[in-house]
Amino acid sequence: MIRELVIISGKGGTGKTSVAASLACLAQNKVIADCDVDAADMHLLLKPEVKLTTVFEGGKKAVINGETCTACGDCLRYCRFDAISDDFIVDPISCESCGVCAHFCPHGAIEMKDHVSGKWFVSETRHGPLVHAQLGIAEGNSGKLVTIIKKKAREIANEKGYELVIVDGSPGTGCPVIATMSGAAIALIVTEPTVSGIHDLERVYELARHFNVKTAVCVNKADINPDNVASIKTFCLDNKIPITGVIPYDTNVTRAQIAGKSVVEYSSGAAAQSIETIWKCISVILSEKIQ
Amino acid sequence: MNIAIASGKGGTGKTTIAMSLASFYAGTGTRIALFDCDVEEPNVNLFLKAEIERTEAFNVLVPRVDEALCNGCGECERICAFSAIVLVKGKPLIFTEMCHSCGGCFHVCPERAIEEIDKATGVIEVGYRDGIRFAGGRLNIGEAMSPPLIREVKHCYPELDVRIIDSPPGTSCPAVEAMKDTDFVVLVTEPTPFGLNDLILAAGAVSALGIPFGVVVNRADMGDDPFMEQCREKGYNIIASIPHSRDIAEAYSRGDCISYILEYFRGEIEKIASHAEYYNKRSVRT
Repeated sequence: MIRELVIISGKGGTGKTSVAASLACLAQNKVIADCDVDAADMHLLLKPEVKLTTVFEGGKKAVINGETCTACGDCLRYCRFDAISDDFIVDPISCESCGVCAHFCPHGAIEMKDHVSGKWFVSETRHGPLVHAQLGIAEGNSGKLVTIIKKKAREIANEKGYELVIVDGSPGTGCPVIATMSGAAIALIVTEPTVSGIHDLERVYELARHFNVKTAVCVNKADINPDNVASIKTFCLDNKIPITGVIPYDTNVTRAQIAGKSVVEYSSGAAAQSIETIWKCISVILSEKIQ
Repeated sequence: MNIAIASGKGGTGKTTIAMSLASFYAGTGTRIALFDCDVEEPNVNLFLKAEIERTEAFNVLVPRVDEALCNGCGECERICAFSAIVLVKGKPLIFTEMCHSCGGCFHVCPERAIEEIDKATGVIEVGYRDGIRFAGGRLNIGEAMSPPLIREVKHCYPELDVRIIDSPPGTSCPAVEAMKDTDFVVLVTEPTPFGLNDLILAAGAVSALGIPFGVVVNRADMGDDPFMEQCREKGYNIIASIPHSRDIAEAYSRGDCISYILEYFRGEIEKIASHAEYYNKRSVRT
């Protein structure tokens, strides 16, 4: 059975990708998926060799044909996204792809045209296959792209007989995170001992519960505020969330990033050791899930 | 004037800069509002600690079918581009969390069997502290769509002199919604490979919106040289930089880094304000 380990955080910049890349290095027989599609960074550490590139068509965009348009203004009244200007030009960034204007145009002057919203890739890396993407500039529909990436990663795992997909998620609790979380065996929440880190941990934990996804926590940059680490531990104990590890602030994390490596490849320092412990815990949790 | 504080990468210091800038403006007697538009993970008021004067429900329109009038023709299912309506045994089943509130089904239904009703997807909190008017959105857990709530928060306090918008991370719909129609965007980044990669993406999005922007380098001394080189090469205007400091990181973790920044890096925050003023005046003139 293929299990997905997704790495999320609520708050951005807590160290999701650094942790995910290290876990990808430590785990055997897995496929890696970078689902932070609008600010993808995993490729900077894993240096993928792209094997397959596919165009992503997120949603159609309205295009008004100036010759058939009689400037009746019906489309302006129907559009709820202020996407059509007074001189009947559609702003593709504001267009929600709903197609209501095209449906109701009495002169058939509006066409919904296919629109390339990005690209996604299947690549080989030194730690195994990576499925990743590049969302176009100012494009939407990231949830749909996440779903495509996860599906492809599972397919590859299936072909290769692998049982694990490691998924790097995006910050927040909205559309791409919900898509990332769907069908996951476990969500590892990477948090930090700051007031915002804790606040966002609580929200993203609620989200995981909402979708019935099991959670585990690790605390990054732990020595910044020991009192807050204690609060996180209390929160986790109260909610019976396993704490898989506590990563101290370690300049090797940034140095590894600059060197284009995961933390565990780059150093054997304090952060690397903690991440190894985290992986041991996660492996146990994942194997419990099988039984 | 509307100033958006944004970044591709999360955790670069958007909220810290937004708060510091708002405090700076308040200190100069400017009538200032600070908006928390990171509605999925709203953090501004953890730092501002404004007293919340009122909390309003935020609603979007979603369809409701009157089964007595519905004849199961399926027009609503066909027009919905978001798979939010599925016909099951000849009756439309509505998935409101997929609905984009476009109104297509409501308009298309030949039997007028669909009405639009309010559905709460979040709240807007409004408050005040130390010369700063605050409005922030908070999306309900499990709701996918943040842009409508972001849009609504941005409508608050149109009468004030300056509105500062703390944006969500990323470069897709929520970030674009937060930055749209602002006069100046401050892109906060850190000089690391992730910071640079995501800055380039964010700068692309701001340029697509046709808004002038400046870059603030946070934790400026922690990174690598290629960062600055790349910024120069791309022609990014670096308007301020704040060094990495354990003191700031610790103060931030407790929720009280703003006074520290204004004490030691006031000049840098002032530079952000003067760049925003410059671009704003220029856009008014042209």
